[in-house]
Amino acid sequence: MARTATAVHPTAQRGLLRDVFRVPDVRLSAAWHLWQRDAAIYRRTYKLNILPNFFEPFLYLLAMGLGLGAYLSKIQGTRYIDFIAPGLVATASMYGASFEVTFNCFVKMQFGKIYDAVMSTPLTIEDIGLGEMLWSTTRSLIYGCVFLAIASTFGVVHSWLAIFAPLAVGLTGIMFSVIGLSFTAVIPLIDYFTYYWTMFITPMFLFSGIFFPLDKLPHAVRVVAWFVPLHQSVDLMRALILDGDAGAALASALWILVFTAALFVLPMNLLRRRLVK
Amino acid sequence: MAESAVSARALTKRYGQFEAVKGIDFEVRANECFGFLGPNGAGKTTTMKMIACSSPPSDGTLSVLGLRAWADGRQIKGRLGVVPQENNLDEEVSVFQNLVIYARYFDIAHRVAGPRAEELLAFVALEDKRDWRIYGLSGGMKRRLLIARALMNEPELLVLDEPTTGLDPQARHLVWEKLRSLKRQGVVLLLTTHYMEEASQLCDRVVIMHEGRILVEGSPREVIASHTSPQVIEVFEPPGDAEAGLAELESAASRAERLADRWLFYTNDGDALLSRVRSLPLDPSSVWLRGGTLEDVFLALTGRGLLE
Repeated sequence: MARTATAVHPTAQRGLLRDVFRVPDVRLSAAWHLWQRDAAIYRRTYKLNILPNFFEPFLYLLAMGLGLGAYLSKIQGTRYIDFIAPGLVATASMYGASFEVTFNCFVKMQFGKIYDAVMSTPLTIEDIGLGEMLWSTTRSLIYGCVFLAIASTFGVVHSWLAIFAPLAVGLTGIMFSVIGLSFTAVIPLIDYFTYYWTMFITPMFLFSGIFFPLDKLPHAVRVVAWFVPLHQSVDLMRALILDGDAGAALASALWILVFTAALFVLPMNLLRRRLVK
Repeated sequence: MAESAVSARALTKRYGQFEAVKGIDFEVRANECFGFLGPNGAGKTTTMKMIACSSPPSDGTLSVLGLRAWADGRQIKGRLGVVPQENNLDEEVSVFQNLVIYARYFDIAHRVAGPRAEELLAFVALEDKRDWRIYGLSGGMKRRLLIARALMNEPELLVLDEPTTGLDPQARHLVWEKLRSLKRQGVVLLLTTHYMEEASQLCDRVVIMHEGRILVEGSPREVIASHTSPQVIEVFEPPGDAEAGLAELESAASRAERLADRWLFYTNDGDALLSRVRSLPLDPSSVWLRGGTLEDVFLALTGRGLLE
């Protein structure tokens, strides 16, 4: 019962960096309960949500792959639709996770006060953060795998390594969950998401080598591209689905793993700093 | 269980330079209803948050159900029910599902949670709203659902932040009735309110907080007896020619207050003073004698000015 002033000051003496990268008070079983909550609510609306999920990739493949592709000669020795399909799988996964951890989480936290409700149960805010990341990764798996299934009917799968694609979709999902939830945890107003989407997500979508190969671009651009999360995902997907290049796939997967692991505790700690006062 | 449900010693909460709770001491005993009264910004909600382990104390000791607040947060929260001031229900799912989803956070098995949810819906008279979505419920229904939700883990201590703010009288009385029945079942109740009537109706003991400190503590009766006079005479909108006479009576009362629209005379002998007031040229219907209330104590201690 004895308690000293220093023991109860969680952040007073610590540096910001140490605090946002500290070991979170998190339990997987507790986080799982939040996943179940999200899943229960998704179940009520999935029929409504899943249909656009089928249409969107179909439209992209149709317009870009077949429409634009008809005017292009082969790109790196393959049909244009074969070239872009893997990158679009990565994109579907990115979007699936990102919508969830940005708009959905912000609305739950700020307007619905759902996290306040959950924090009055045995769950900690860190459990909530992990649960949200697990759920958004699940959403990314649904988006990405549905896309891949539809794309495969266009004959874009050229390697048996594609059986690992769902794993790559999940990796992409968790990476963008970590990034997006960190952003959500620090912004004061929902309007800031405009910046997230127009200055981060959309440029990545356009310049990560989905629609054109980056190897003809200047060296400096390729160096920058190496640091872009979606670009690594696109390379990973293309190595698995189109090229069947296990070495390249492993390199990109490792990049994503290291990046995600390095930042993994950040969103949980940022949420704690925001909501535990 | 420990003898006291909650015990605080020199409990302090700082937000940067600002001290919201300034080293308070209090005990909440087992099987009582304990009220935190005070104007907005007094530190009531902050204190409740520390008890509910959603905010860490800055200093002092705080034990809840014999455990250390914050350090043993998960265990304490497992045995606590919290009814928030703001509605934070899951809007997208039904009344029933709200309860079942919440039960899961406490590791309550689904086969237990289902029947318990039905029981609690009956308890708060919402069984016919079982399959409704939240947005179809009135404010009073939402509050009752929040109470049912807080009871899903069969808490030993129920923490309520302004449980009846914004409710109509019917809904308020229903909530009071439910809270009394919980108390009979042995649940310790801890509530904040700024409705003095609510405190008088429900609480065995209250503290009045102001600017982060506890000013008085005791049963509503004790607090009234020791901090205000047993009787109060109010004179509404006295005509100008009665003013001088009223001012003269000031010395006859134990305390008098001149407000914009009325005079208040606090007294131990209401009848004697009342006859003197009645001798003044006043409309008889503008004068009345009443008992001293918690609200008198509250206003005497925390002032009449707006505090924020």
